[in-house]
Amino acid sequence: MTTYAYVVAAWLFAIGLFGIVTSKNLVHMCLCLTVVQASTYLLLTGVGYRPGGTAPIFVNLPAGAPIVDPVVQALMLTDIVVETTVVALMLALTVQIHKKTGNCDPNATTALQG
Amino acid sequence: MKLRLTLFGLGICGLVALYGTVIAHMPGPGKMHSPYSRAINKLCVPQRHVTDAVTAVNFDYRGFDTLGEEFILFASVMGTLVLLREAAENKGPLSGDSASEPRNVRPTEAVRVTALALVGPTVVFGVYVVTHGQLTPGGGFQGGVVLATAPLLVYLADDFKTFKRITSHALIEISEAVGGGMYAVIGAIALVLSRPYMTNVLPLAQSGGIASGGIIPLISIATGLEVAAGFVLLLYAFLQKTLAERESS
Repeated sequence: MTTYAYVVAAWLFAIGLFGIVTSKNLVHMCLCLTVVQASTYLLLTGVGYRPGGTAPIFVNLPAGAPIVDPVVQALMLTDIVVETTVVALMLALTVQIHKKTGNCDPNATTALQG
Repeated sequence: MKLRLTLFGLGICGLVALYGTVIAHMPGPGKMHSPYSRAINKLCVPQRHVTDAVTAVNFDYRGFDTLGEEFILFASVMGTLVLLREAAENKGPLSGDSASEPRNVRPTEAVRVTALALVGPTVVFGVYVVTHGQLTPGGGFQGGVVLATAPLLVYLADDFKTFKRITSHALIEISEAVGGGMYAVIGAIALVLSRPYMTNVLPLAQSGGIASGGIIPLISIATGLEVAAGFVLLLYAFLQKTLAERESS
């Protein structure tokens, strides 16, 4: 079960990176980056998973019940929110690039312009 | 493009080799729980009087890191605003408040009714999630996002003018700054009492109660304020930009 999560995480990482490498549109590129990031969510929550484990909420829990790792879950939840705002920043940059150069092709905007 | 794909292929081969080796040497499912997770699961109720271990990690044990993450959020919201504001200014008077609303498509009655009916429950649920993070799954990050969807629902039901009317831009900007600053200041209170940064200085209260956890609920509320205000600012900037584009075309 956990190994399966690792394999899917690797697949998400690879397919997202492939999207970034072959991207022809900056918006598409930003979204591919979120796919790559989704692989880290899956990997880390997979690491914290325990068979039959319950959420780390200590209300009426039977003694000795397996509990999943709260540390990785805390990492994930802040990351998801921060990721969204960073994507917004990248999309704002895309808007500006489109305004300056007239297109959104990352291959056409290789040189730095002052 | 060919060179890039070759490099990508090589990189993926390396990744598969290294990652596969790591996975093969990992302990089997269920045997891998770090000493940290065991310690926190054991200690978060007796030590912090908090029943949600994830919130305890976020806003206490790892609180200083979360402060850093919050500033990433703050910085990217500010960056987006700066980038899009400059674009709006270049447009001239068209993007001003007096500009008429060029909305061709009115939302259907079904969308309007559903969206408006959801606004109230969304706000209540958002406030509940922000304030009950120490008891049940939730906290400032999740609740803040829920709260920020309320103005978006209003936009969905009506138009940008209404969105602007219910979200005072100045107030939202101040909330964003206060939310970010409050987190840092709550952490600094302990410094005044010559204790390490972000040490709890408030009574921990009965665990399971709304006031349990000392400074954790306060930090959660500060975070909720910042996240909600940040997302509303982002919505504002992008909607403003879209409308300015539509007007000029």
